[in-house]
Amino acid sequence: MRTDSSGPDAVTPVPTVLAEDGVLLREGLVGVLERFGFPVVAAVEDGEALVGAVTEHRPGLVVTDIRMPPDFTDEGLRAAVRLRQENPGLAVVALSQYVELSYATDLLDSGDGKGVGYLLKQRVGDVREFASVLRRVVEGATFVDPEVVRQLLRRSSDPLERLTARERQVLELMAEGHSNGAIARKLVVSDAAVGKHVGNILAKLDLPPDDDIHRRVQAVLAYLRTQSN
Amino acid sequence: MNTRNVHRRAPSTLLKALASPRYLLSAWPWRSLAYVLTTLLVGGALFLVAIPVYMPWTFFVSMIGTGTSTGELTFAFLSGLFMVLCFAPLVAIPLGALERRRLYLVMPGENGSGHRMPPPGLWGWIRTRYAEAATWREVAYAAVMFPLVGVAFLVTFTLASVTVALAVTPLILLNENETAIAMAWTTLTTPLEALPYALLSPLVVALLLYSCGAMSYGHGVIARALLVGPPKEELRAELDQVTESRARLVNAFEYERRRIERDLHDGAQQRLVALSMDLGMARIELEEGSPADRRVVAAQAKADELIDEIRELVRGIHPRVLTDRGLHNALQELADHCPVPVTVETAIPYRLPPHVEGTAYFVVAEALTNVYKHAEATAVTVRAHLASGDVRSVGAVQGAATATLTVEVTDDGVGGADADRGSGLTGLGDRVAVMGGTMGLTSPEGGPTRIRVELPCGPIPADPTP
Repeated sequence: MRTDSSGPDAVTPVPTVLAEDGVLLREGLVGVLERFGFPVVAAVEDGEALVGAVTEHRPGLVVTDIRMPPDFTDEGLRAAVRLRQENPGLAVVALSQYVELSYATDLLDSGDGKGVGYLLKQRVGDVREFASVLRRVVEGATFVDPEVVRQLLRRSSDPLERLTARERQVLELMAEGHSNGAIARKLVVSDAAVGKHVGNILAKLDLPPDDDIHRRVQAVLAYLRTQSN
Repeated sequence: MNTRNVHRRAPSTLLKALASPRYLLSAWPWRSLAYVLTTLLVGGALFLVAIPVYMPWTFFVSMIGTGTSTGELTFAFLSGLFMVLCFAPLVAIPLGALERRRLYLVMPGENGSGHRMPPPGLWGWIRTRYAEAATWREVAYAAVMFPLVGVAFLVTFTLASVTVALAVTPLILLNENETAIAMAWTTLTTPLEALPYALLSPLVVALLLYSCGAMSYGHGVIARALLVGPPKEELRAELDQVTESRARLVNAFEYERRRIERDLHDGAQQRLVALSMDLGMARIELEEGSPADRRVVAAQAKADELIDEIRELVRGIHPRVLTDRGLHNALQELADHCPVPVTVETAIPYRLPPHVEGTAYFVVAEALTNVYKHAEATAVTVRAHLASGDVRSVGAVQGAATATLTVEVTDDGVGGADADRGSGLTGLGDRVAVMGGTMGLTSPEGGPTRIRVELPCGPIPADPTP
């Protein structure tokens, strides 16, 4: 998907702090971020240094690996959650090697759930899409990797099973924070059709209809979360 | 004997008694005598009972050198062999049991048999007994019994006869009708002449008791070597060693899996992601849809596939999520990747030791693979709960020391799973056994199939530092 803001010159630079312990990947990420208008003010390799760098530089965006030294569990995630608790407005995108639902929920529970992203590491290969996700998160969107939603949809729970295939697609896109218009363009259907699908989904999942996209995403994710526990 | 003090204690073993000057004052000579006499009785009984087994051999031996044809010799030999292989154990096993009891006379102590516990049923008994070394050692003992009994008989009979002869000579000569008795080198005519000889008889009795002691000791050593299994403590110590080394192996194995997972994750996977990213950057410079761009897109797709493959591989080796987030999340992830709908229910209040988590995960992964491959199921339930141990320190592993983790995987498939027919279930059983756990499987034809595993959450010794 191409967004209008993919050109490197057409956007305001967002100072970014990057935390990633793999040297190769860190270098690559710095290249991608700089290229798309996210000048890297600090690149660090562990959770401690990440918190320090954010306190020092006050960046507009944090991109962090979840698993970092010293003990290679989820210190990147924990650091991100801590940062968001202290500063709920801070945009954070966490990169993970594999889909783990509880990571996503931890992040979404931090702050007010706005301006966070959780995505699989391999998504950075599609650099334009990656940049556009960063951009959306900086603007306050919530982004969860489609794989998370897909996994949730695979779980057997009655209300989700009542959804049609089309409705599931729409739900995935909703969970990724797309507006009705964007969903319509992606699925090549009319806005009215999407509106109908969204209405059906919300009705089937017993969720209140709501025009505010974030509240809607939150509602969907909250529902999915309850299904996962 | 009755004066028991520190300096003059009765000798504690037959060998010490034989070497001590107080031998004849101890109980040992009489025990030896009893042993030798019962040896003669047992030998007589054996001589009768074992006729079918040794008869062909007597024929065989008597034929040698008499110009019998080779065919007949061979036949005698083979029939002897056949009788030994088939019937010798049936004679030797009860003989062994009897002899171990009798051994108590000359070698008190633990004289357990070296036999294993056979599985129930006649066939199980036959299979076990005919295949174990203890049985054939008993057969060897039965064969050795013959010469031993022969020697015992000769010695005791000779010495006893001499004793009696010497003792009764004067009495015989008192009789008017007897005029002379020929001794070995002289002829006695009067009771007075015979008296010194009669006084020799206690010496001969002493000689008899000493010979009984020596023979009993020799017999006892042979009996112990052939009939008695290794003592229980020794077996237990060996078993402990084996158990410990097995646990160490499992631990090393777990550690190795974690290491491989980490290498793949931090090495190969990261580099592939970096590669994919480089290709992505290259695409920015390329005109979309141009041949070069299409090549780069294809290359990127291959890299992404490889990343997915490695992730799957890692999940099979040691899933990251298990280390990071514990059993519930790891099982949930397994369930998410199973093509059959799986419900996961867990009640585990705190993190368990890594080897328990690893084993439980492995059990469920293997069970789900089986369900998917063989069961044709439409629904699977995975349950894992901790039976309350001593949970004084919740959140710490110490609390788990006495707890038991129960894992159940139930499916509504076709059933008919058999743990003995491979299908990965055997490996599961082994893996669980190493942890000191148990595994049960019920799988009637037509289902449902249920695998139930219980794992003690105690510590495993000798943990290698991860």
